[in-house]
Amino acid sequence: MDYRKMWGELGMDVETHDNLCAALPPAFTEIYLSQKNRPEGMGFWDMVVADIHGIRPAELIEERKKGRKVFGTFCLYVPDEIIIALNGIVTGLCGGSEFWVPDGEKHLPKGMCPLVKASLGAYYGRTCPFFRVTDLFVGETTCDGKKKAYEIMSQDAPVYVIDMPQMKRDEDVVKLAREYRKFASKCEIVTGNSLTIDKLNEAIRITNNKRKAMQRVYNARKNADNIPISGKDALLMTQIAFFDDPVRCAQMCDKLADELEERNRRGVSVFDKGTKRIMVTGTPLAIPNWKLHHIIETSGGAVVCEEMCTGVRYIENLVDEDGGSLDDVILNLARRYMKNNCSCFTPNPGRIEDIIRLAEEYHVDGVIDVNLKFCTTFDTEGILVEKALKEAGIKVLGIETDYNDGDSEQLKTRIQAFFEML
Amino acid sequence: MKRIGIDIGSTNAKLALLDEKGIVLHLLAQETGFSSLEACNSLLGRLGEFGIDVSECRIASTGYGRDIVKNAERRITEISCHAKGAARIFSRSDFLLIDVGGQDTKVISVRRGEVEDFAMNDKCSAGTGRFLDVMAKIFGLDVGSLVELASKGRGTSVGISSLCTVFAESEVISLIGRAVPKEEIAYAIVYSIAQKVASQAARISADDSGVFLTGGMCENAFFVEMLSECLKKRVVTDPKARYAGCIGAAMFLETPMN
Repeated sequence: MDYRKMWGELGMDVETHDNLCAALPPAFTEIYLSQKNRPEGMGFWDMVVADIHGIRPAELIEERKKGRKVFGTFCLYVPDEIIIALNGIVTGLCGGSEFWVPDGEKHLPKGMCPLVKASLGAYYGRTCPFFRVTDLFVGETTCDGKKKAYEIMSQDAPVYVIDMPQMKRDEDVVKLAREYRKFASKCEIVTGNSLTIDKLNEAIRITNNKRKAMQRVYNARKNADNIPISGKDALLMTQIAFFDDPVRCAQMCDKLADELEERNRRGVSVFDKGTKRIMVTGTPLAIPNWKLHHIIETSGGAVVCEEMCTGVRYIENLVDEDGGSLDDVILNLARRYMKNNCSCFTPNPGRIEDIIRLAEEYHVDGVIDVNLKFCTTFDTEGILVEKALKEAGIKVLGIETDYNDGDSEQLKTRIQAFFEML
Repeated sequence: MKRIGIDIGSTNAKLALLDEKGIVLHLLAQETGFSSLEACNSLLGRLGEFGIDVSECRIASTGYGRDIVKNAERRITEISCHAKGAARIFSRSDFLLIDVGGQDTKVISVRRGEVEDFAMNDKCSAGTGRFLDVMAKIFGLDVGSLVELASKGRGTSVGISSLCTVFAESEVISLIGRAVPKEEIAYAIVYSIAQKVASQAARISADDSGVFLTGGMCENAFFVEMLSECLKKRVVTDPKARYAGCIGAAMFLETPMN
């Protein structure tokens, strides 16, 4: 289907956007469709990617016509539950490709992480429909680069910023709950709806169900003797979950999980015996950033777990569903989100504990700690992560990379050498 | 069957021919130049001079150009090959290995003859042979002569602070503009790279019995001295050490593929 008319009506730079539309299908064919023995359930996500800027934006446009509001988010600490409870729609935003970086560099310093540069580039370059259908951009203070980028963006876009605690003491959980309260008030104004305990409980169930369904897919990846799905495919599922309707997302993930569980029973694997089971940890991999997974999975390895925002951090830990008062329920929300171990916290021992636990749960042969250039907190925390893993007897390779492919050959050598070492 | 190891590096291509017992018969090297494929074919062709029929030999390849070596039955990264080759050259099984290559510098911890851990520089050329290459060109010298010149500049207070090759080049040019004696500038250059390599090595745990240097820089005595100073450990090298990669590759043909 041709969405160019729709993109034009959204005020997008359709001609520049055409270049992205032209580049994506061959990349997806090479990286994804060339894989052997993929689960049939991936057909849904293949279909979504084929019209990634068409199908879902068109749905969002229809929902907005009915009066619903769209909230564009950049981070896992934004409580989807509050937005959903107010009949709002949560969507992820573009930011995972080198394509958007040059436009970002027109508005930001060059020495910033590519994720932030690409996000602002997609906004200012008018080359991402999700930015065009968003009623409120929800930021958060998880990194210095983002904090300042939101200031720049807020000069001509509606931006709301959630102030994150930096430590994980009890009072910090209370502080986050207060922030969520304020955020809820803002969402009430934007949507024109009032937050009720019933609506919030229902939204918690919806969001928990999505996490549970995604977790089932991840659980299937824990099988020590069989790899029922490639890391690339699991990553794609996770990346698209940020954009999809949560109920449909849960249905599709459940269906995929059924198939993967069956594959595990029958011993149907995507990879040959002897393929190294790898966990990647570190900075997020926003769609369509598939570079690292592709190098790993064409060098004798398979990614079986991502300790990332585009990975277990997004799905682990459920919100307690036995709430009480509205204040109690919001505190429960804060409790759940504070279990998420982002490197923006100090100290952050929970993340190292997570990595060591996950290495065991997913039976990994080695860990690759990846840092997007200029992410100071993950980069620095990487030193502690690598030290802790070595002490725990887990092999680890630290790498720093960017969106562009300039370092692919060097990465390949490093990753192959790492596999030779395992 | 005789075994050939080919190491197609970014600057030089090297070849080792080992006999059935693993004894090194020939070592060859030449510049890689523009075509890795031509360099590879030329090295193999030169074996004809020794009466070797390449089609009668088994081949393993390594180095960034390892994939272009057509008849290689094994392709192994230079990290594993350098470790294996160095273990043979230095007759050790536990050591810290530093390889200063043309486009990357590797620090490898070797335990029981196997790679235990390693670190590599990022994609930029800071701390690599290329850095010295670029600097030598400013002086109209080759790397060997630049390092020799540096040995006469000891005790200078001049330093190069930029890690980036391009920025360091500007720094060197401004030092030239200030009429700083060229041996002092040369010293600052060699010292800066030795320091960069040493700090990279510090990321790899090193309770080692020895530190060995492989790669093209092993022939520059003053560089080895500087590196020893920066590491506060004696760095040992060997004239054969630049061939560690190709020797290691050939040795991989001794072990069955897992």
